Amino acid sequence: MARITAGVASSHVPLLGVAVDQGKTGDEYFGPIFAGYEWTKAWEKEEKPDVVILVYNDHASAFDMKIIPTFAIGCGERYKSADEGWGPRPVPDVEGHADLGWHIAQSLILDEFDMTIINEMDVDHGMTVPLSMMFGQPEKWPVKVVPLAVNVVTYPVPSGNRCWALGEAIARAVESFPEDLNVQIWGTGGMSHQLQGPRAGLLNREWDNKFLDMLIGDSDAARFIPHLEYLRETGSEGIEMVMWLVMRGALGKKTKCLHRHYHIPCSNTAIGHLVLEPTE
Amino acid sequence: MTAPTEKQNIHDYLAEFDDIPGTRVFTAARARKGYWLNQFAMSLMTPENREAWKADERKYLENWPMSDEQREAILARDYNRCLDLGGNVYFLAKVFSTDGLSFAEAVSSMTDMTFPEYREMMNKGGRSPQGNRSIKGGY
Ligand SMILES: [Fe+2]
Repeated sequence: MARITAGVASSHVPLLGVAVDQGKTGDEYFGPIFAGYEWTKAWEKEEKPDVVILVYNDHASAFDMKIIPTFAIGCGERYKSADEGWGPRPVPDVEGHADLGWHIAQSLILDEFDMTIINEMDVDHGMTVPLSMMFGQPEKWPVKVVPLAVNVVTYPVPSGNRCWALGEAIARAVESFPEDLNVQIWGTGGMSHQLQGPRAGLLNREWDNKFLDMLIGDSDAARFIPHLEYLRETGSEGIEMVMWLVMRGALGKKTKCLHRHYHIPCSNTAIGHLVLEPTE
Repeated sequence: MTAPTEKQNIHDYLAEFDDIPGTRVFTAARARKGYWLNQFAMSLMTPENREAWKADERKYLENWPMSDEQREAILARDYNRCLDLGGNVYFLAKVFSTDGLSFAEAVSSMTDMTFPEYREMMNKGGRSPQGNRSIKGGY
């Protein structure tokens, strides 16, 4: 039987991908950011997950304004790195797990989550940056990935509560997959940042850390944070943190924190990173 | 589910966004207004289109049914104006990436700071939320 063994949360700032691709991860600016991922890199080598369900958002790469799916799941065999305006990142293709993807998609729809199904798409920094942070620069990614794309760009985006409930449904779906698979779920994006308008550059260390605290242990208070609070407290792009709630919801009632990292700034953004384990 | 969530009225939900200082939330109304502006920006994801755009920006924009205001805002790289006209930063990013600008530099152009000033603010911990959360509440 497949099982979700851990949850990982991480920011996915595009500049981190640039730092990896240009070999700058040890310099004065990026060093402290990447140092906080060393623990996780070593841990992933031990854990050897078979599949990662990677919750992320597309930043006008695969989806433009033509079609805006609220929740979409990748059921394809492989995904290429997107050209985001400066050429595709030089990273391996992301290999899908079509059997698990389709199984989750079907299960979620029966469970009343009306998913959009993706067979072909390119994936942008939202997905490739977290893979680089956790696995470095391998010739081939050491896991298969089931992409789970959330609309966090055009409002209304899904509520935190709905994201959490989707995570719970994903956990049920994984448990009913007959193959013996070690599955992780990653929630990406955030933390506080605002990339637009005169208020750009807003960061909120205090609020971000309260949010990190809320994902550890048995509280489910984070699912009820309204969109307005993310917008006021964490900047317009801080709303990406609802994607972390899909991950948290999938870990069940209680979590234990294995690793935690927070750093300000990376470009316009606060970097947050958690490794969580379900505890029952 | 542990607590029932109250269903929110869409008008109340949207009205609250106007109370956030210096921020244009990308609502459906903005998405509709900026549709072609954003779709134009999206077209810069291929090297061929980037070349055509760089060769003659004004001519390239003729291919897109945008308003004159939108065309002028893009040609002037006035990103706050672009936001007012329905642009979204992830789409506009294709334009400033084609210009060779980083996110931080492009974003700084929407503030009242120069890029070096903005970078310094970020390195010192970013813009404080204090006084930047609510126009009406002033907190
Ligand atoms: Fe993002």
